[in-house]
Amino acid sequence: MRGAGSHLTAPPVLVIEPSRGIGSLRLAELWEYRELLYFLVWRDLKVRYKQTLLGAVWAILQPLATAVVFTLFFGRIAKISSDGMPYPLFAYTGLLIWTLFSQGLMQAANSLVGSANLITKVYFPRLCIPVAAVIACLVDLAVAFPLLVALMAYHRVMPGLGLLALPAFLLLALLATIGVGLWLSALNVRYRDVRHAVPFLIQLWLFLSPVIYPTSLITPRLEKLGVPGWVLGCNPVAGAVEGFRWALLRPDTNPWPLVAASTASTFVILVTGMFYFRSVERSFADVV
Amino acid sequence: MSDAVICAQGLSKQYRIGNRQRATTLREGIIELARAPLRLGRRSAPETIWALKDVSFEIAPGEVVGVIGRNGAGKSTLLKILARITEPTEGRAEVRGRVGSLLEVGTGFHSELTGRENIYLNGAILGMKRIEIAEKFDEIVAFAEVEKFIDTPVKHYSSGMYLRLAFAVAAHLEHEILLVDEVLAVGDASFQKKCLGKMSEVSKGGRTVLFVSHNMAAVQGLCSRAVLIHGGRVAAIGPTNEIVTRYIRECLNPARFGNSFITRNEESGVVFKRFDLMGTDGQVLPSAQTGALVLMRLTVETPRPYNNVQAAIGVNTDCEDIRVCIFESWLVGAELTLQPPESHIYCAIPRMPLYPGNYRLNIQVMAGTEVLFYVPGAVDITVTDGDYYGTGNLPNRQWSGFVLAEQAWDAKPAGCQFSIADLLVRGKGTR
Repeated sequence: MRGAGSHLTAPPVLVIEPSRGIGSLRLAELWEYRELLYFLVWRDLKVRYKQTLLGAVWAILQPLATAVVFTLFFGRIAKISSDGMPYPLFAYTGLLIWTLFSQGLMQAANSLVGSANLITKVYFPRLCIPVAAVIACLVDLAVAFPLLVALMAYHRVMPGLGLLALPAFLLLALLATIGVGLWLSALNVRYRDVRHAVPFLIQLWLFLSPVIYPTSLITPRLEKLGVPGWVLGCNPVAGAVEGFRWALLRPDTNPWPLVAASTASTFVILVTGMFYFRSVERSFADVV
Repeated sequence: MSDAVICAQGLSKQYRIGNRQRATTLREGIIELARAPLRLGRRSAPETIWALKDVSFEIAPGEVVGVIGRNGAGKSTLLKILARITEPTEGRAEVRGRVGSLLEVGTGFHSELTGRENIYLNGAILGMKRIEIAEKFDEIVAFAEVEKFIDTPVKHYSSGMYLRLAFAVAAHLEHEILLVDEVLAVGDASFQKKCLGKMSEVSKGGRTVLFVSHNMAAVQGLCSRAVLIHGGRVAAIGPTNEIVTRYIRECLNPARFGNSFITRNEESGVVFKRFDLMGTDGQVLPSAQTGALVLMRLTVETPRPYNNVQAAIGVNTDCEDIRVCIFESWLVGAELTLQPPESHIYCAIPRMPLYPGNYRLNIQVMAGTEVLFYVPGAVDITVTDGDYYGTGNLPNRQWSGFVLAEQAWDAKPAGCQFSIADLLVRGKGTR
């Protein structure tokens, strides 16, 4: 169903046949269904905070409480370096991205199975479902963002021109979440183990990402071993977090090799994720 | 390919069934994989069934076509393929125009959201644009008659209101092609009537509709042509009346009669194998006869004994699917048991009270509160003409309903003494 068909020309012809091979990603179709995507995000948000006492405050509470605990234990007691930034600020910036990533994965992983009633009854690009789940988490980030601004004001940290790159790092984080989320959601349809594995995976991933600590803590040791520091960027979250901090807090770091590596890994995960998703999509309705 | 809006060629769909289903957890997947080489040669091919096989047809623009057939014939699978919910295993179809699928009313309704919110959400899911929904909004609300509650979460709606709202959204789809599956099977009579009215309005609006239903009256009322699907294949295609008649004659008569069933309850391992009608002398009959004794026999395979077994056979009419009566062991206080490996359950009907015609049986067997199996539409039986009253006068179902009842008649001048006992003793009553 391509959009070209106007009322004057013959309606577009839709061919239904067994798909073979890898096929195309049909991104144009996703664009055509953008309104549905919008409604799914809107539904997720509406439903998530209905009948809750605190409503959207939850979106702030989660990174905030975690930042407080991290500041106490890792900042004060363990005295982990924060590249010269105030540790609460350091932790909260990292946690904003991390919360997007971890919540996004959680929601995306269960999204297809949770939407079985839709999948078996109506056609639309199935990609909409996990993508909507992740985007809804981006809205949570937007809700939690003003607190970061307040924290920055309190610590008298002024962002520099790097601020202009902020949207790019948010996009990087979003795409990384979607990429991993696509893999998990599609795998979860066939293997329900994924549901059990995701919380565990997220826990491990947190310690592998520079949320609690800066990469500058790791890179010297890696370089001693002859491994370049940007290798950490194989973890797409690493580049997003460090870039996000760089843009806002302007420490005297050089995140670019790491960001470049993370961009590449995000791209790989996203593209393979989409192809995998597309290739198993055809059986969703029969398996879910 | 002329100017057909739907052109299906050899559509087929294969499903895996039986105990070798797809692994659903990773562990099972790994175990399967590890076992696979050891199993080479032995039971290798997974059991599959063709839910749909080689289905071809063409539908012209503006046609309203009924799709009929027994439960499990493949009607819904066909619709799901055309709606792109599932892929065909073989074959291809070409569809010209936007397709709206109504396989269910209220798909994607969320109970926490209000009526207003659900209209937008459901509309978007069904493929309407936001502007379209906004334009139709008032019309939808009016049709559903929920004006007062439009900002109340639908979880507080009565089931009737919920259904009306759900159908109202679906009924206002502007798509050129509509695939409709049995949406009229829900709701009360007045709601169904309203839906049918809307459906016929839609079908006169020049849109192409594919309409799956068991309601023959609805199919005959709405559709100009019908497709009869039997065992996953197109058995016939043509003018509705012809096809409906053929369906009733062929598919619902004792062709399947006495066949083996594979209706297994996975948990209990109980298998419902056979259904037979038997006469006085214990021989299997092809049909029952009005007024005559008939024995219904269920053959059940069971791995272990069961006490406190209750069996029920619900009798429905073949076309309209209306419940006529039920034979239920519990009602008459019978105590049944099942013994392995195989047991028969008998139900004797001294004088078959059903009018001649075709009936569909729904069979359920329970042990205590556990359902051993439940098979809706398990068997179709035919009841032939018989002399229920022993008068030589045969009833005619066309005017008479479904069930015969004992009765006695008399007429006397007013003021004359009348004894009801007398009348009942004389039985049939005369003059």
